[in-house]
This record gives sequence, C-alpha cells and structure tokens, in this order.
Amino acid sequence: MRHLTVFPKSTVAKREKVLNLLLGSSVIVLFLVGWELLFQLKIVNPLFISAPSRVVLAEIAMIKDGSLLKNLTVSAKEFLLGYGAAVLIGFPFGIILGWFKLVRGSFGPFIAALQATPRVALMPLFIIWFGLGITSKIVVVLMSAIFPLIVNLRVAMTTIDADLVHVARAYGASRWQIFHSIAFPTSLPFLMTGLRLAAGRGLLGVIVAEVFGGAEGIGYMIQYAGSTFQTDKVFAGVLVVAVSGITLDFSLDRLGRHFDRWRGEVPVH
Amino acid sequence: MPGYKKNVIKKPILAVRESAFFFEGSNHIVNAGIKIMSGIAQGYLANDNRPVKLSIKNIVVGYLDKQSGHTLVAVDRVSLDIREGEFVTIVGLSGCGKSTFLNAIAGLVKHQHGEIRVNDRIVNGPGTDRAVVFQKASLLPWRKVGRNITYGLELSGMKLAEAREKASYYVNLIRLNGFENHYPHQLSGGMQQRVNLARALACDPEVLLLDEPFAALDAITRELMQNELLELCEKVGKTVVMVTHQIDEAVLLSDRVIIFSARPAYVLDDIPIPIPRPRKGHIKDSEEFRELVSTIWRVIEGNANIGGGI
Repeated sequence: MRHLTVFPKSTVAKREKVLNLLLGSSVIVLFLVGWELLFQLKIVNPLFISAPSRVVLAEIAMIKDGSLLKNLTVSAKEFLLGYGAAVLIGFPFGIILGWFKLVRGSFGPFIAALQATPRVALMPLFIIWFGLGITSKIVVVLMSAIFPLIVNLRVAMTTIDADLVHVARAYGASRWQIFHSIAFPTSLPFLMTGLRLAAGRGLLGVIVAEVFGGAEGIGYMIQYAGSTFQTDKVFAGVLVVAVSGITLDFSLDRLGRHFDRWRGEVPVH
Repeated sequence: MPGYKKNVIKKPILAVRESAFFFEGSNHIVNAGIKIMSGIAQGYLANDNRPVKLSIKNIVVGYLDKQSGHTLVAVDRVSLDIREGEFVTIVGLSGCGKSTFLNAIAGLVKHQHGEIRVNDRIVNGPGTDRAVVFQKASLLPWRKVGRNITYGLELSGMKLAEAREKASYYVNLIRLNGFENHYPHQLSGGMQQRVNLARALACDPEVLLLDEPFAALDAITRELMQNELLELCEKVGKTVVMVTHQIDEAVLLSDRVIIFSARPAYVLDDIPIPIPRPRKGHIKDSEEFRELVSTIWRVIEGNANIGGGI
C-alpha cells in the first residue's frame, strides 16, 4: 500500500518562511564578518571603513553621553511635525484633486511641476525664509512627504468602481453619500501606500536638511562626524537612521493590513 | 469623478422627438404583419381590477453617441401599465434597449419624451420607491454582508439599528442568516446575488427592478435561483419588472412577458402567462410551458429576420 504524505499548506508556508529567514540573515552575517575582516587584517585603510565592532562601540558611547537621544529627539520632532502636516494637507487635497474635475484641471499641472522639482534644491530658499532652526527642516519634510500622498489619493479617486457608484445612485444616493460610502473606503488602501512612501521621503528630507544646514539632529551628527573623519560615528548615525526607517515602514505596513482585512488572504506566491 | 455622470444625459436632446417620429413610421412598416403596439394586449387587463402600480406612457430614450455625434434612439415610444403585484418580464434581442428601458424606470437614464409614474407620482430620477438588482452583485467589498443589506436603507437616511431590524426579515427570507458577518469575497456568486436581492428588498420598494439578475451565474445556480425567486415573489407579492435573455426564465417567473423589438425598442407583443400559481420549477417540463416559450421565441425570431436586427 502506498502512502501519500500531504503537508498542510500552513506547514509548507512556514518552512519557506524559515528558509528565507535563514538565507536572508546569513547574507547579512557574511557581509558583517567580511567587513570586520577587511578592517582587522588592514586590507583597506581602517580610517576609511571602520568596522562593525567599532560602530557598536561608537553607538554605545553615544548612548552613554546622551548625544544620541538628544539628536534623535530633534530629528524625530522635525520629522513628525513635517510628516503630520503633510498628511493633514495631502490627504484631503489629494482627494479633492481626484474628486473634482475642475480642481484637477486647474491644480494638476502646478502640482506636477512642483513634484518634478527636487525639493532639496529649494533648501537654500527655505533657510533664507525660515532660518537655520527647526522650521526650515519641517518645511523640507512636508514638501518631500506630501507628494506621494497627493498622487496616491488622486489615483484612488480615479479607481472608484463605477458599478458601485451606479448602484448607489440607483438607491438615490447623494454625491456626498457616494463620497463617504464608496470613495472614502476606496481611498484607504491608497492612503496606507501613500503613508509608507511619504515616510521614506520624509526621512530622507530630514537627514538631507540637517546635513545641509543644521546645528543638531542625526543628519547634522553624521555630517559633523564625516567632516572630522570619525567614520565609526558616521556609520553609527546611518545605522540609527536605517533602524528608524525600517521600524516606521514595518509599523505602517501592519496598520495597512488592519485596514485591508476585507480583501481576504493574499495568495502565497 | 469618472463614471459618475457617464450614463446621464444632462441636457434634453431635442432632436430625439423628430427621430422618434421617423422610427415610428418605419416600425409600422416592419411590424405590419405582427402586432402593433401594446394597446391591443392591454385589452385582456381590462377585467383586472388591481390598481396600476407602474404606468409608462410613450417614453422615448435617446443617447448621444459621442463618436458619431448622432442621437441614437434606444427606446421608442413604449407604453406599459403594470398592476400591483404583477411580475412582468421584458425579453428581446441583446442590445435592443431593454436594459436602457429599465434604467429609465429606475431614473438612472433620462427619458426625453413621455412619462413614468409609480403610484401616480411622476418619476424624475432615482428614488426609494424603486430598487434595482443589477446583473453584477456590486456589493461594497469592505462591508460585511449585514451592512451591505442595510446599505440602501442607510442611504435613505435610516439609522443603522433601525435598518438592521427592518432588513432582518429579508435576511431570514432569503436564508442569509449566519452570513451577516462574512465579507462578500467569502461568498459564492449565487450567494452574492442573493445579498444583492436582499439589499433591494430591504428597502421595501413599490417596484422591484431586476436587470438580468442571474445572467452572470452558472447554469445550475441560475436554475436554483430562479426557483428561489419564484418562491420569494409569491411570498412577498411585490410588483416586479425584470429584463432577461432567457425565455424560459421569463415564462417561469412572469404573469406577462413583454417582447421588445430590435433597436430602437418598441413593444412587439405582450403575452400573458396563464400558468396558475404557486408554480414550481418542474412546470418547465409541461406542454403548456414549452408552447409559450416557442410562441415568444417565434415573435423574437420573426422580428430579427425582418428587421435584420442581429
């Protein structure tokens, strides 16, 4: 008698997950070991490349003297204020832009032109207008983060299911009712994508703005460490930025899934 | 917003009236040998003393064809009286304008001429006295079944709790209980269409409009749904206007079958279905049933041949 071993689907998926985790982390470990060896064996000038062990030591030193927390607080404040403003303005504006043809016609080209301009190039102007303090950084974050939101929500309004609108109209729905019962729920997944993209852009904005002209914050810290050849500290700063970015993206992804429950399970590829 | 205004003709198209007269002329020629207008068939209704629920007088619906810039007539001077509790089905070739006609009753498409009255009130747009079930279930995917069924009621301004209570009767009737907390994507096509039907019935409309409600379903589900609708209609006694391509479906469910001509649509014939109620699905095997189906089919076929309307 022959026996067929059938693995439950969840077991197969779990195995694949574990394998991916193993492969993924071994590449990172290999990279770190290689980096450390380059340093320890002095294959490349240690001053240029630092080493994982030294980065960790620099990180610990920064935590101990309180400079990390201080700079991180400044950067986080700039980011959150700029990002928050971007969401508060970009979300409704994107929806209005997509919903009203007339608004789209009048503001569309202007938005497109603004979007095509690298915001960092406007940094000198922002400094002139808003000074070297926190305001100019908030403006850069706002300007960086707002466009992914506007664009995504505008697109959301154009993907509204015409059949659903047809049904709503058949039931005598007003334009406002169509908006809040169909357009708004349609926009939520797009909002989540927009929030993730905007977070990435905003983070970039903060760092660039601080590198460009700041006196505090993680970006400034990196810039200062670089100009004084403290490569350990540069890497330590980059690590902080990377970890913040990953954490932010991960949390926004989880939040997005919460709003996406009605779509059901996405098939495993 | 795209799609929002697509099917609405905002400005009345004056040219339609002339073209309607033109088509009327040609209709008489084409139609001379068959049967003219619905007036004759309405004779048999003279001794029906139920009040007229839905009255349609001489309506003309025209479309502005954006490509050619011409006005096309979809529905040409159709008159119909539908009495309370009657189940009337409209059949005809595909693209003949019967769905347009139904959309005009729903108020989703403006008619350029004539008038539509529900309970003697003139119809000028969508309203809560009519509810439509389209071919596609078009359920809101982010709402659970329960909230989809109450959707129509919520749009009419009813509080959710009240809407739930009102809808619960139909949830039971259409045997959807236990599914209220499912999302639409978790249901089969047939089940989704039942939710669609429940959503319409929950509004307790004066007239229920069904636009090829089972056309998107597989053959087996369709048969089952037909039987279910038959049972349901005999229970709730609603006035129903349905559009379908399936002649047997029309005969099974209806009190009268209206046959539309090829485009532009006018009434070719109005055939009463005298099969007594309550009916069961197996009447499809009876001689009388097959006779009626073939009578209807011959009228449609004859029109298609004369008009070259395929």
